[in-house]
Amino acid sequence: MRFTKINPQTRKSRLTRNAPESRKIKEQRSKGLKIKTTRARAPASHENRLSITAFVIISLVKSVAVVFVLLTAVAYSVWLERKVSAHIQNRWGPTRVGPFGLLQPLADGVKFIFKEDLTEPHVYRPLYIAAPIIALVFAITSISVIPFGNWVDIGPWGTYLQITDLNIGLLVVLGITSMGVYGVALAGWSSNNKYSLLGGLRASAQMISYEVSLGLSLVGVVIMAGSLSLRDIVDAQGGVFWGFIPRWNIFHGQTLAFFIYLISAYAETNRAPFDLPEAESELVAGYHTEYSSMKFAMFFMAEYSNMVTASCVATLLFLGGWHGPIFGPPILQALMPVFWFCLKVFFFMFLYVWVRWTVPRLRYDQLMGFGWKFLLPLAVANIVYTALVVAWRA
Amino acid sequence: MLHLILFLFFGAICVAGAVNLLVQSHPINSALSLIAVMASLAAEYLLLGAEFVAAVQVIVYAGAIMVLFLITIMLLNAGKEERSKGSRVATLVGVPGVTIGAVLVAWTLIGRRSTTHSVTIGALWGAPNNIARLLFHDFLLPFEVTSVLILIAIMGAVVLVSRPEAVARGPRKDG
Repeated sequence: MRFTKINPQTRKSRLTRNAPESRKIKEQRSKGLKIKTTRARAPASHENRLSITAFVIISLVKSVAVVFVLLTAVAYSVWLERKVSAHIQNRWGPTRVGPFGLLQPLADGVKFIFKEDLTEPHVYRPLYIAAPIIALVFAITSISVIPFGNWVDIGPWGTYLQITDLNIGLLVVLGITSMGVYGVALAGWSSNNKYSLLGGLRASAQMISYEVSLGLSLVGVVIMAGSLSLRDIVDAQGGVFWGFIPRWNIFHGQTLAFFIYLISAYAETNRAPFDLPEAESELVAGYHTEYSSMKFAMFFMAEYSNMVTASCVATLLFLGGWHGPIFGPPILQALMPVFWFCLKVFFFMFLYVWVRWTVPRLRYDQLMGFGWKFLLPLAVANIVYTALVVAWRA
Repeated sequence: MLHLILFLFFGAICVAGAVNLLVQSHPINSALSLIAVMASLAAEYLLLGAEFVAAVQVIVYAGAIMVLFLITIMLLNAGKEERSKGSRVATLVGVPGVTIGAVLVAWTLIGRRSTTHSVTIGALWGAPNNIARLLFHDFLLPFEVTSVLILIAIMGAVVLVSRPEAVARGPRKDG
């Protein structure tokens, strides 16, 4: 089968680096199966050996689990945003529903479902309905190639903590994210409303512009790792310099690329200070002015889901993915890579919120000028510099 | 078997999208059909094992170029096309022409059957490093010359769009 095919050349060279030793781990999972070992790479006997039934079952379980975790993360990102913004502004934020307002996302969800779903008579119905679906579907799909951790053996089967590993994983993320523009653009157009149209046009222009510098900022990392597979890119960042500085790309010559990526990702996900598409002081609510109830909630979920994906990519490409200090009993050793990964993603989500409530919104011409005249040349310079360094070392 | 089903499925979407592109009277719907055609073509490339080409097809065509199409249609606010009966000459010449073309293609393909052979998945050089070797090693000069060609096209567009007096004065200061 094509699915489990792994490129042996690129894999073997990194096998030895930072691979946690396989040990017996006794942990009863909710499914009643045992997690036996954890290692960076699949054991050779496992490659190309999964039967099609096992493959389908494992893939289904992984997909359902990942989507569930993603949607929960999305719901609690909203809670985080409200809570952090409140504390930044010296308020309390949600406190009434559950302890620390922790059940607020649930209450919000119920409210969204029971709100009246208004459809204005002047909208173009087919696309008006399709737009939020497109936005949400592509936002959720882009998580499918993100790896969360190493290889695990659960009972008789083993799998990577990732829905699927492609040797073009990074391009898949970029491709799916670039398709998400359609949701926003079509929402703006089909609403048949001048504010919506302006918001949709701004969003698509902004997302295309910043996608260029975002894509170019990742090229340096790809040159360093010599692969487009997200798993290979993470594996290339294992180990430490001088005994204590991790070999993460951010400390390994890609600091500039990291900041270019971070800024472009904020613009790409339409977050403040780049939230021009929904600038409430001039455009009411931009492309989702005419949306209510669950359709609005779908745009909302798409935005936060895109934030999670952008944070995951930043973690994998610049902060070493799941690499981090691993110690303690075997159970802990099995779970720590995932913990480090989640911690880094959480850091980026917090940063998103922090930046939104700290930095004021840019003007539209400033936004475009910054993207094309500043970030783009900087990203190109970073590629040239990285290529020269890599060529000189080789 | 699974690959055949997937091939037929995406092929059907591709053809249906292409037909829908012509049938739809609204430009936005036609543009969306074209996106469906390009996305299903990407899926076909993926089935052939050309992963990199598939990804580039989605990123460049479906993700970037078609968005520009869509923005243009939105900005021009193009309405529905007016239905016309179509010219009789087009029907008289077009239908036999298309039939002859289709028959010619089918005849050529069937006639060459002995020399062609089916391709297994992954037999093609679709991996990014193979394509990079072709582009930056075997065909480096044509590749670079193409980029110069595109640059000339961009400069031509800039000259055509900008007003003559603005060109004489140089770039505008007020942005």
